[in-house]
Amino acid sequence: MSGTHKASCGLHCLQVKGLTVELGGRRIVDNVELHAHCGELTAIIGRNGAGKSTLMKAMIGELPYKGSVTFSGHGGVPTPHKPRSGYVPQAVSLDRSSPATVRDLMLCYTSRLPVMFPRRKKTIDALKAHLRTFGADGVFDSRVGSLSGGELQRVLLALAMWEHPDLVLLDEPVSGVDNEGLQAFYSLIDRLREQDMLVVLISHDLGFVRRHADRVVLMENGRVAAVGTPSAVFATEPFARAFPLEAGKGAE
Amino acid sequence: MDLIRPFLEYEFMRNALFAVLLIMPLFSLLGTMVVNNGMSFFSDALGHSALTGVGIGVMLGFGSYDLPMIAFAVVFALLMNRVRHSTLSSADTVIGVFSSCGVALGLVLLSRGGNFQNYQSLLIGDILNITPDRLWMLFFTLLAVVAVWLLAFNRFLAVSISPTLAKTRGIAVWVYDNLFVVVVAVVVMLSIRIVGLLMINAMLILPAAASRNVARSMRSYHVLALIFGLFSGVLGLLLSFYNAVVGGPMIVLCAAMVFFGTLFLARKK
Repeated sequence: MSGTHKASCGLHCLQVKGLTVELGGRRIVDNVELHAHCGELTAIIGRNGAGKSTLMKAMIGELPYKGSVTFSGHGGVPTPHKPRSGYVPQAVSLDRSSPATVRDLMLCYTSRLPVMFPRRKKTIDALKAHLRTFGADGVFDSRVGSLSGGELQRVLLALAMWEHPDLVLLDEPVSGVDNEGLQAFYSLIDRLREQDMLVVLISHDLGFVRRHADRVVLMENGRVAAVGTPSAVFATEPFARAFPLEAGKGAE
Repeated sequence: MDLIRPFLEYEFMRNALFAVLLIMPLFSLLGTMVVNNGMSFFSDALGHSALTGVGIGVMLGFGSYDLPMIAFAVVFALLMNRVRHSTLSSADTVIGVFSSCGVALGLVLLSRGGNFQNYQSLLIGDILNITPDRLWMLFFTLLAVVAVWLLAFNRFLAVSISPTLAKTRGIAVWVYDNLFVVVVAVVVMLSIRIVGLLMINAMLILPAAASRNVARSMRSYHVLALIFGLFSGVLGLLLSFYNAVVGGPMIVLCAAMVFFGTLFLARKK
């Protein structure tokens, strides 16, 4: 994480074609096309139940789907291997009573030796340094269940970015993150984009999407209802249907 | 030591003590993860399926019940695990149905010919009647579980925290999710004749639940669960010996006492 700005190389891209997910006989995601480039922030928006999280889970490979998801590396050639995705889940199953600390969380996803065993100082220092670049080193020994929404989100982002993934997929929590936490989170996402990362974000914060997204995908009933720049998508009929309160505000 | 010496003069008490020293570590390893996953109802239902397993074994004329019991419990556990992850109906309710069926079918099978009293030890266990063979079996089971834990603990935890996140890190979620329930099924079946199906789930859950009240990291969670488990096991056995009461339930009462004690401390956490 150098933090320096680089121009987008535009050569990495994620291409989703005809993606369809059926669960229990219901079509949750229907023939979705999506094109995302490195150095760009692609935001997926839509009402609850529009199929956003299901689409993301299919892209990761957690759910079976029809269609294709390809990732092209440098030179525009589709990579033969599956791309490594950094993923930030909406939430984790660690409630307030769970004893798992941030240290446990980081170690369990990044090493094989059971988290209870002591680690070399070097390993711990590397994890702490990594967390520091995401503003989350102060909570290393805190229990995950005691973190604020914003702290948890930064820790999860740091975890997603460990070992330099090819792209990062974020499923933003609907609530529980205060304004300050959101600002910190969004500036981290901006920084990732400047570092030429391919970022796909499910967002519930339309103000952020309007200001920061390069491309917006609006989903409705499992389909892509509109796609384009924020100002273009925010002016469409499907957007007005999905977010009647926001539609009147117009594009900035 | 004067408390323990008369107790150790009897071979059956020595065997019971060894059994507790093997079972409680086994249970604290499994119990911590069962509690993490919110699966205490699941493991309870699993215990109940032992009756059906034995029933099937009797019906098919097996000499030892271990094999049919384990085979049935593994199938039962895998089926219940599928239900647990399905979004079609309330998993809680369906696991309840599984549990009741496991007991009902087992009682029907075992009561044929009016012989159910022969199998009553399945319910409350028989901690004072343990053969050296069974102790060896428990010892090797403990070794095997420790080996699985050394190799797969982080994977189990990762899947438990977020299956989707685990998947993006290349973890075969399906494999670890089912491996865990299979291990629980095997361990529960191998210990059920010692501690009884009425008490087994409490022994599995209570040390971990007590530890969770006060632990502040995964390390202290496991260390404390082990200490609480061994403490309740040995104390319960001593109390049952000196008061001539049944062992398994006494151990559970001791574990419950520790649980309530830590619950009180938890307010300060």
